[in-house]
Amino acid sequence: MTHGIPPIAADDHVAGPADAPVTLVEYGDYQCPYCGEAYPVLKAVQQEMGSRLRFVFRNFPLVDMHVHARRAAQFAEAAADAGVFWQAHDMLFENQDALDDRSLATYGDRLGLDRAALVSAFAGRYDDKIERDFVGGVRGGVNGTPSLFINGQRYEGPRDAETLVAVLRDVAAGRVPQPVL
Amino acid sequence: MTEETAPAAAAPLQPGMRAPDFTLPATPDQRLSLAEMRGHPVILAFYPADWSPVCGDEVGLLNAVLPEFHRFGAQLVGISTDGVWCHAAFAADRKLHFPLLADFEPKGEVARRYGVYRAKEGVADRALFVIDAEGVIRWSFVSPLGINPGADGILEALEQLSPKTHAEGAAA
Repeated sequence: MTHGIPPIAADDHVAGPADAPVTLVEYGDYQCPYCGEAYPVLKAVQQEMGSRLRFVFRNFPLVDMHVHARRAAQFAEAAADAGVFWQAHDMLFENQDALDDRSLATYGDRLGLDRAALVSAFAGRYDDKIERDFVGGVRGGVNGTPSLFINGQRYEGPRDAETLVAVLRDVAAGRVPQPVL
Repeated sequence: MTEETAPAAAAPLQPGMRAPDFTLPATPDQRLSLAEMRGHPVILAFYPADWSPVCGDEVGLLNAVLPEFHRFGAQLVGISTDGVWCHAAFAADRKLHFPLLADFEPKGEVARRYGVYRAKEGVADRALFVIDAEGVIRWSFVSPLGINPGADGILEALEQLSPKTHAEGAAA
């Protein structure tokens, strides 16, 4: 009954080579504690997989549940425009307990982001993109955060690094036609 | 995912059937009936209980997807066997922008009529119904209790209901 998630597009935030044999997409919310828990795990997975993995982060802010989720996503999109998306992504997840406006302004300074760029992001400059990420995720079956997709297939197995690396390696090596769901 | 159980044995109402009307409390002093919502698609989201982890995630997600439902002109209501004060506290805590109806007395009566009451546990199944503007069920889905069904099935059903009205912003 699902459409599947949208294919990787030019405005996606991508780490790793485009021709990597396996792509891991995370739908996440910077204030979601489970995404915070997944953050170091996914870092370790990326490290372990190296150039065999393409990792993509898409916005899925649950703004009524997490008061800072929207602005954090806007902040990250502004950073993406300045070419420092992943630095912002990491900074947000490493400081999940301090995502209020003043903290975001401090992180912006640290990343060398223009104050005006942040103001414009908070005024909604990137909201279309954030909304597109969100709706694409919902249509693809995202029902909470984080949701992981391996080569387009929803992954619902355990989220520890060891299991994830094993599954990703199997998919990369073509040992399983579809990842374990 | 601690409450993983198969759906109840009773057969949920199927697409093509007329949605049984009901009137239930939406707040301590307001009642809402299905007939009042005629003219718009209606999404009924039955769920087992306020505050339970999966239900919290599910209503939180539905709440976040609400603007998309409104693009189809659809109204969303949640229904469980919890009472109005419990609903009020839950809705305030989760900042819900849609009504929660109390299928509390007689307990589970509406869930029973839709074939989604779990008599053994005394709660509604995790069940979704999409009802068209004329009051006919067009899509239904019962999820295992421990699984958040997401919103993709609802959106697809709404899309099939009114392929032309989508994106015209017929917000409720």
